[in-house]
Amino acid sequence: MSTPVPARANAPERYYNYAYLDEQTKRMIRRSILKALAIPGYQVPFGSREMPVPYGWGTGGIQLTAAIIGPDDVYKCIDQGADDTTNAVSIRRFFANVADVATTEDTAEATIIQTRHRIPEKPLKEGQVLVYQVPQPEPLRGLEARETETRAMHAYEEYGLQYVSLYENVSAYGRIAATAGYPVMVEERYLMSPSPIPKFDNPKMAQNEAVMLFGAGREKRIYAVPPFTRVRSLDFEDYPFETQTWEETCALCGAKDSYLDEVILDDAGDKMFVCSDSHHCAERRAAGHVGPMAGHTLDQDAALKEPAQ
Amino acid sequence: MSVATLDLSRIAPAFADPVRESQAVFREVMECVARPGRITRFDRAPQAPNGLSKAAGAVALTLFDFETLVWLDPALADSEAEAWLRFHCGCPLTVKAEDAAFAIVTDMVKAPNLAAFNQGDAKYPDRSTTVILQIASLEGGPVVTLSGPGIRTTTDISPQGLPQDFWTQIETNQAQFQFGVDVLLVAGDQLLALPRTTTAQIKGG
Amino acid sequence: MAYVSVKGGEKAITHAHQWLAEDRRGDPGVSELDVAQVREQLSLAVDRVMSEGSCYDRDLAALAVKQARGDLPEAIFLLRAYRTTLPRFGASLPVETEAMAVRRRVSAAFKDIPGGQVLGPTFDYTHRLLDFALAAEGGAAPEPAPQAEEPQAYPMPNIASVFRHEDLLEHDVRADEPAEPYDLTRQPMKFPADRDQRLQALARGDEGFLLSLAYSSQRGWGSTHPLCGEIRMGEVAVEFVPDELGFPIEIGEITLTECTMLSGFAGSAERPPQYTRGYGLTFGHCERKAMSMAIVDRALRHREVGEQADAPVQDEEFVLYHSDNVEASGFVQHLKLPHYVDFQADLQLIRRLRKEHFERRAALKEAAE
Repeated sequence: MSTPVPARANAPERYYNYAYLDEQTKRMIRRSILKALAIPGYQVPFGSREMPVPYGWGTGGIQLTAAIIGPDDVYKCIDQGADDTTNAVSIRRFFANVADVATTEDTAEATIIQTRHRIPEKPLKEGQVLVYQVPQPEPLRGLEARETETRAMHAYEEYGLQYVSLYENVSAYGRIAATAGYPVMVEERYLMSPSPIPKFDNPKMAQNEAVMLFGAGREKRIYAVPPFTRVRSLDFEDYPFETQTWEETCALCGAKDSYLDEVILDDAGDKMFVCSDSHHCAERRAAGHVGPMAGHTLDQDAALKEPAQ
Repeated sequence: MSVATLDLSRIAPAFADPVRESQAVFREVMECVARPGRITRFDRAPQAPNGLSKAAGAVALTLFDFETLVWLDPALADSEAEAWLRFHCGCPLTVKAEDAAFAIVTDMVKAPNLAAFNQGDAKYPDRSTTVILQIASLEGGPVVTLSGPGIRTTTDISPQGLPQDFWTQIETNQAQFQFGVDVLLVAGDQLLALPRTTTAQIKGG
Repeated sequence: MAYVSVKGGEKAITHAHQWLAEDRRGDPGVSELDVAQVREQLSLAVDRVMSEGSCYDRDLAALAVKQARGDLPEAIFLLRAYRTTLPRFGASLPVETEAMAVRRRVSAAFKDIPGGQVLGPTFDYTHRLLDFALAAEGGAAPEPAPQAEEPQAYPMPNIASVFRHEDLLEHDVRADEPAEPYDLTRQPMKFPADRDQRLQALARGDEGFLLSLAYSSQRGWGSTHPLCGEIRMGEVAVEFVPDELGFPIEIGEITLTECTMLSGFAGSAERPPQYTRGYGLTFGHCERKAMSMAIVDRALRHREVGEQADAPVQDEEFVLYHSDNVEASGFVQHLKLPHYVDFQADLQLIRRLRKEHFERRAALKEAAE
């Protein structure tokens, strides 16, 4: 699974500082990280820089990783839970090039895991840092467009609007209809966006052993959840928080308790469900777990196919 | 107070490899702030000048620069340590505790109360001062039990050389969350963090 | 001990990059465009890229235009991502646009204006007829334009000095010890924004966005009744004070376009009726941008002059947060990235809601029968 980093002596990345960012920028981000950890769930504004990937494609996560990474780290990058999604591949390749760092797909082996939209299924441990890519750090933005207003709402803990909105949900749909990016309360003080992870992953944030850092590059915010911190998904007594469940199991590894992606097999409505966490699934299959369609070759990533020349 | 007035021959060296060493120091500081009470050791950090511990020096080299206003203990005024910080970090100094992004306190007896430093503002609590308190030792003192974010249940520390009312100040600091300073206790080459979220209880107290 | 895992995605990306390079080059039978040609002959594209890329370097901007295949927001992005890694030695002194070697200067306010009107190299009075002569290869270089008979006024007085003796136009107050200007490339946006922050955001802002906002203002959505006091374009010297010297030295010359828009102000109890100003400034020759910027700047000054503010152009949070095309383009285009995890979460919910909907309908129907 692992091959040596190809020599890229004159690659454009080599003209830049270690881990791309200049040292002054790293210091600025490092200071923001420390304040973010000291005020769990609070969004620290930071002087986000233009990165060599577009805003919205992980610039916040990349800046966090660049500020913390060292040559002894083992770096994993996932998008939608999978290591082989193109943007994850692209970001992993970036750090292999600019930070001379070992990369891995193995969740347990990684010291830094950068993620978009998922928390790995395997529980994280002390010594690991989970870096979230965040498109919109403001949990209240959907309810109030103005930053000046939402900042005041956080300052004075005025979260009534959020509860009203959830309650309207309950009246309209008979339940809280938020499914991803489901807002959480950190240490009963700051309302926080968990980033667009499915609410399935929300409970993993509470009392997690790893350090969790969140970076929003375009919106220029960093926030954090330290290990062993209370993180509560909002709910009502009569409408308690619940996570997604599936009647199906993973078609490849038979997992009953992992987050599943739906894969369309043909245009007649046939489909299969597979683990969104590709490493978790591979590890289970290697351990002998078998799903109802084990051996089926996934051809889901049309983008990964070679172009017709 | 311009750099031009510094006598460069008096200034001791800093990190030999600033990129790698500051990264390594930062990761340790980050783990400590994330896990209050956890003690880390910077045994490979450069020797800081008289009056400044290795750990305080390593933190300064890692986090201070021209964008951070630093309050330096009057005990270090015009010292080699001051010249070393100004030269290597390029940080502006201030005598106003309430303006400081960072403070280095070396004389605990004359130290200002934690409340004298910047407490942050309601909308921007991150603007508060990070106070580096240099004490005799992180071990061997009265046992204090910590709890709060970053700590699984509780953890015990026993720093030595803190003034009597220090833990009362920490209690006041913690009670006014989201406001408050964040404290780094340093002694020799060791460091532990007491962010504003941490609750401290003197054992048997 | 460094090792990386390689999978299909990596190969696909490498191949896509190769394909891109091939398409960039186009038909190899056609000679390759060199950066100097872009710099000299697509100079307004270069100017826009320097302006919105916040980096004055014609060669780098031309390279970015070439690399981006003429996609200007992409070229702006390339230049910005390079600029952000450059070390900073310090800040230059403010440039003096009165000392500009003017190549173009027009005022719509006065028929004649001290210093005169200079049309310069403008599209303004060209008839927009495709010039098929340009399509022919190997054309001779155009005849040089004739020199003016009289030398130009120098310094070229600006619109403020024209008004000065009558006090009809608000003054810019020059502070004795000016504060460091806000720098959005180092600090995040803050609100309420001061004028320095607003002007920097507008100078970096997308020309198309500012043009539309300015147009909306003209059509009555937050009108400021602008009048083009002056546009000038030309070269100014840039001065820098090195620490070791302590006095300014000239480090180069840059081309700028500057626009001052005038707006009437009826006055208040404290202030007499007077003209107020909106200001636009760009690198290179970006006249449409400079004019749009000046209108939007003026519209955003509603607090100072006590105007009612209910139009998009007057809403600084709306304008400043959405003017940057590198941010906007990235976020709009990030929708191309996979979203299967959140989509799956939504799918599940909508299926459940539909099921409940039909069950309810069936129950109602049953009850009715």
